[in-house]
Amino acid sequence: MVGASLAGLSAARSLRRQGFDGRLVVIGDEPHRPYDRPPLSKEFLAGSLAEADLALEPDEEDLRAEWLLGVRAVGLDGPQRAVRLADGSEVRADGVVIATGAAARTLPGTDGLAGVHTLRTLDDARALRDELALGGRLVVIGGGFIGAEVASTAYALGLDVTVVEAAPTPLAGPLGETMGGIVSALHADHGVRLLCGVGVKGLRGGSRVEAVLLADGRSVGADIVVVGVGARPCVEWLAGSGLALGDGVTCGADGRTGLAGVVAVGDCASWYDPRAGLHRRVEHWTGARERPDAAVTALLAGGAVEPSAPRPPYFWSDQYGVKIQFAGHAAAADSVTIEEGARDEHNVLAVYRRSGHPVAVLGMNQPRLFTRWRKQLAAAA
Amino acid sequence: MIPACRLVDLPRGEAYRLDIDPPVSVFHTDDGEVFAIDDTCTHQDASLADGWLEGCEVECPLHASKFDLRTGAVDAPPAKRPVRTHEVRVEDGMIYVQLSLDAPNLPPCVAARLAGGPA
Repeated sequence: MVGASLAGLSAARSLRRQGFDGRLVVIGDEPHRPYDRPPLSKEFLAGSLAEADLALEPDEEDLRAEWLLGVRAVGLDGPQRAVRLADGSEVRADGVVIATGAAARTLPGTDGLAGVHTLRTLDDARALRDELALGGRLVVIGGGFIGAEVASTAYALGLDVTVVEAAPTPLAGPLGETMGGIVSALHADHGVRLLCGVGVKGLRGGSRVEAVLLADGRSVGADIVVVGVGARPCVEWLAGSGLALGDGVTCGADGRTGLAGVVAVGDCASWYDPRAGLHRRVEHWTGARERPDAAVTALLAGGAVEPSAPRPPYFWSDQYGVKIQFAGHAAAADSVTIEEGARDEHNVLAVYRRSGHPVAVLGMNQPRLFTRWRKQLAAAA
Repeated sequence: MIPACRLVDLPRGEAYRLDIDPPVSVFHTDDGEVFAIDDTCTHQDASLADGWLEGCEVECPLHASKFDLRTGAVDAPPAKRPVRTHEVRVEDGMIYVQLSLDAPNLPPCVAARLAGGPA
């Protein structure tokens, strides 16, 4: 198991549950046991959740695994299934699960400038939490989910917050233009400035950041900057392994790769979606939890099992006290209708359809109705 | 025993939430069995009555942990602790719940609220 976060842990559990009784080695580049990342931009950042609450393993769980933590995998010999580690050692295995995740993208030229953060790991969250506690002006670069959640948390902590988004509408990719506009209106509703359609030229500051310079010449004063411009799959270490690498590790519909005995799961894996006829890298928490089970089945069976259809992808977000839930694929839709609620009341339930058939659903503070639609989407899939 | 609702008013596949503190939900499964468990997910403040009922399991509407209605056991993270189960009796078409005397496993934010601390 290369990767010791949710996808790696889920794969380890699936292996034991499916009867694998052999030696199990889990390699992780972070020094921590598996922890839950979604709260890092929400409750943990706000200080209402402690580090111990982030643990993904219950006290009594024993997977009989050897944990090699704080050591990075630097290479894979595909045919030998040998994983080379940064400390010069090597782990050989009959099966390899690649679950190395993704890393936050950064802005070029911002290394070493104090006050500039990305948010992906526990260590990132600790550093950002400590700075937010001092207050001041926060500029969030990127109006996606991470950026919006950090803005929401910082607003609740009393900071002066500005969000800068290069696209005309934030969240247009995952939610479509219309609903992206409705969800991102939560910023302005709470007095957080949202600047859209303008890129970032650079940052100003000596040893510490002082301002964000925009492409249109404006400058926004900042004591803290969070760069939330997406993530890239951590697959550089697989160069030369014989694996097909595109946007992540290219896999079949059950996580199998072109190498026998090697599967890939989670944010680093681009699984084939048979319904859409293309490969997709899905960065959702639920994908990292649910898909390893299918990959482990394929790994143990040597590929003799027909993969079952996965549920429509699902993710959630919490912003300004509003529970946002989404399932399906917005890009497939040719219409979107608000079926319940109103945008002003932050309780919209919207259904995305293609040729009249539901392909996705969005809920804002509508968990009950959302679950009904989500079940319906899964049944239709 | 606390009266919950009439059995005929709770179709199969549906749940009824008792607004006590902490809330308890009664589930009527597709197979016709009736179970009662604590309504609040042990991970975060979510109502399991709003969740996805399948067989004898309910999946939290937010983060996909599944709880076994018979035992309260949880299958996988983010929840780590089981929910309390409560005894259920149906008499003369009425569903009654006998509340468990065990301590509830409430999520940190809800436990803090009940203790009188900040939400």
